[in-house]
Amino acid sequence: MLVYVIRRLMQSVAVLAVMSALVFVGVFAIGNPVDILINPNADQEDIARAIKGLGLDRPLWEQYLVFLKQAALGDLGKSFAFNVPAIHLVLERMPATLELATAAMLIAIVLGIPLGLWAGLKPHSIAGRTIMTGSILGFSLPTFWVGLLLIMIFAVYLGWLPPSGRGPTTELLGVPVSFLSWDGIAHLILPATNLALFKLSLIIRLTRAGTREALLQDYVKFARAKGLSNARVVGVHVLKNILIPIVTVIGLEFGSVIAFAIVTETIFAWPGMGKLIIDSINVLDRPVIVAYLLIIVTLFVLLNLAVDIVYSVLDPRVRLADATG
Amino acid sequence: MTQPTLKVEHLRTHFFARQGVVKAVDGVSFEVRSGQTLGIVGESGAGKSITGFSIMGLVDPPGRIIDGRILLHGRDLRTRSPAEWQAIRGNRIAMIFQDPMMTLNPVLRIDTQMIEAVRAHDRVSVRSARDRARAALARVGLPSPDERLRAYPHQFSGGMRQRVAIAIALLHQPDLIIADEPTTALDVTIQGQILAEMQQLCRESGTALIWITHDLAVIAGLANEVCVMYAGRIVERGTVDQVFDAPLHPYTRGLLDSVPSRNQRGAPLRQIPGMAPSIARLPVGCAFRERCARATETCFTEPPLYELEGRHVRCFHPIHAEDEAAAAT
Amino acid sequence: MARFSAASPAGRVAADFAQSRLAVFGLALLAALLLAALFAPVLSPQNPYDLAQLDILDSRLPPGAHATDGKLTYWLGTDDQGRDMLSAILYGLRISLSVGVSATLCALALGLTLGLVAAFCGGWIESLIMRIADIQLSFPAILIALILLAVLGQGIEKIIIALVAVQWAYYARTVRSTALVERSKEYIEAATCLALPAARIVFRHLAPNCLPPLIVVATVQVAAAITLEATLSFLGLGLPITEPSLGLLISNGFTYLLSGKYWISFFPGVALLLMIVSINLVGDQLRDVLNPRLQR
Repeated sequence: MLVYVIRRLMQSVAVLAVMSALVFVGVFAIGNPVDILINPNADQEDIARAIKGLGLDRPLWEQYLVFLKQAALGDLGKSFAFNVPAIHLVLERMPATLELATAAMLIAIVLGIPLGLWAGLKPHSIAGRTIMTGSILGFSLPTFWVGLLLIMIFAVYLGWLPPSGRGPTTELLGVPVSFLSWDGIAHLILPATNLALFKLSLIIRLTRAGTREALLQDYVKFARAKGLSNARVVGVHVLKNILIPIVTVIGLEFGSVIAFAIVTETIFAWPGMGKLIIDSINVLDRPVIVAYLLIIVTLFVLLNLAVDIVYSVLDPRVRLADATG
Repeated sequence: MTQPTLKVEHLRTHFFARQGVVKAVDGVSFEVRSGQTLGIVGESGAGKSITGFSIMGLVDPPGRIIDGRILLHGRDLRTRSPAEWQAIRGNRIAMIFQDPMMTLNPVLRIDTQMIEAVRAHDRVSVRSARDRARAALARVGLPSPDERLRAYPHQFSGGMRQRVAIAIALLHQPDLIIADEPTTALDVTIQGQILAEMQQLCRESGTALIWITHDLAVIAGLANEVCVMYAGRIVERGTVDQVFDAPLHPYTRGLLDSVPSRNQRGAPLRQIPGMAPSIARLPVGCAFRERCARATETCFTEPPLYELEGRHVRCFHPIHAEDEAAAAT
Repeated sequence: MARFSAASPAGRVAADFAQSRLAVFGLALLAALLLAALFAPVLSPQNPYDLAQLDILDSRLPPGAHATDGKLTYWLGTDDQGRDMLSAILYGLRISLSVGVSATLCALALGLTLGLVAAFCGGWIESLIMRIADIQLSFPAILIALILLAVLGQGIEKIIIALVAVQWAYYARTVRSTALVERSKEYIEAATCLALPAARIVFRHLAPNCLPPLIVVATVQVAAAITLEATLSFLGLGLPITEPSLGLLISNGFTYLLSGKYWISFFPGVALLLMIVSINLVGDQLRDVLNPRLQR
């Protein structure tokens, strides 16, 4: 098991190195921030001073080495637009995004697995068919349009929920969270539901497919032959088997949820990393873009690693094979 | 005479698929007495396993039992509610499946799967359920049962897994055990061991045993009575001595002849020509007609199962002793 | 009672497909939308790009309103420029579809080639291609598209490049696994024994057998490409204003949502939705029909 973890860790570091190089090349080698950030009416001296100040006059490879060195120290430069350290800017917005993403994932799991189970157990019933059709709608609808719809219905016509923004935050273990107050939850519901919809459909379909396949297996018949109640057969035997691939997917999809939050944050004016990146791209605030990309890449790599480890814990065949092999 | 443990009368289990009706089991009748072993033999697709599942009430849709009676100690199982079925399964009737790798849930431990089997029918504590599981494992000859209990199925060999399945079947001292090709996937030596053990266990406890297989040798050594199934019907039924020594049905004769024996050395192996028909597309009349050397015009009508020479056969031209003598000369 | 039908494989696929009423409905809907997009110039009451036809006085009119000069009825209302929504939607459909389909076709071609090369050459070439594909697939599409567009800038070709970059890996992976399976089959051995040139073996023998899973992936991916383009346009990173896709139309109407002028965003959204749903319905059924494991 330890060997497995170490091996995966090293792979992760390698991927991280490659991705950082790609990010650097992509952002620093292409695109021209000089034109955007420095006032074209400024005289040559000011421009030259600005260029020197931002380090844009050095050769590319030198910029890359400086970049790497600073990245290792946690310094990714200052935001061109806000003139604060880029990495702080991104990290400051991260709790908001994570809160949104976690809420969305929870909604997707808590609703998705039971609905998927039901659709798998009774695929030809009205409920089963409705759930399946609903799931097709769920991943067909573009996220941003659903967001608009939700605002239209719940905020404008019904007036039940606020149309945008995040609720008041309180500190929880040093991290500002907003779900501890009713107002905070009210602000969280619409964006989280919006973000959750796609994943919800995915989980429903996965669970249904897994359930239908599991029900055909011999061990289900054998469990029934032992005289076990239906609740136990489904709740223990079937569930434990289908949870393994579902957990893997959930873990990987969490990263995707964080990325998709970009859209939801834009629509609902949620002050997270996603909104920051869109604004930064529009003004070519390179340090922020780089900081965001690196942080996201790191998050992804860590997520993949975590999922692999959790998978090996859940599936005894993998865990024990490794120990003896 | 006491009541038989199990009496099946005119069982019909049909599958209603989009392409048509598949008559997997079409009018099967037999009985088993306490302490006795009944063998059900036939090729793949003859309907043997479905018969077993029908008795257990485990037929999956689109299949359904549409006719017949299944009398356990005289009471018809088909009239019972699902809750009563659940109380009977694993308790009064137990089943052992063919492939033990697939029947034990790979992600659950052995003790979990045995303890739940105990507690499904007896309200006992987890600890005492575990004790019973341990005792059951010891009874089927598995060493160091405590270690075995904490293990997962994939850590066992095929023979060991099948013993676990047998142990589970015996947990509640059932009146009837249905064994569906339990040794087909195992080595011959393990097979012999398991056969001997099952025989002994059943004799000791008076459990009735139905052994489903395509292997005639197993039945010859193990069973008291035998049913030969073909295309969803019983074509011959009687004691093992009667059927194997002097088979009446040409199919039974063919089956027995196909088994190579030492006195045939050098001679070409005898086979039954053709292939077993798919139950979805049965020929008109006797299902064996197209492969039978003795078939005539009459065989275009379905033969009924009737009594002959102290047993039952479904054939218009059963093989009598005189025919045998004539063939030998 | 022989059930050997004389129908060709395509005929059988069509027959199996038709078994789901929902899928047939989806196909009909898709066909209708395709026709509408194709004949947009003919069908729309107004050319929304022709500034001469627009009347700023007609802006933000609700559905069913009449033009101030009385000549047109704005069935779906107008936007803030006075554009007839129906026309804008028809033209927008056209753009969304053409971008989505062309991106998918390019990605298909690229992925097919790379996948076949990987399967056929093996060795380090295969490892390299598949590694890149794997890494790319582990990142969400929107992120990759975002990075590329940030770097490349706006414009229709750049969007297509971004979409192709996001999608090729699916095709490459699918083709490679199918090709690997097919490669070990006997007809390829036979072709190799006949000393046919490699390219011929690959394109005339391997490729056709890889088609069924590809068709399924492609159908689903067209919907994904259209959605991604719409999302990017909505975020302001996609197509320029001169060629408004449905995403941009929706984005334009966003600000008016809160004041109750829902139609500017809503109807383009419905059009987008119908297109994607119909593609997904068709793709779902195609997948079930072409899946060899579900064949009975």
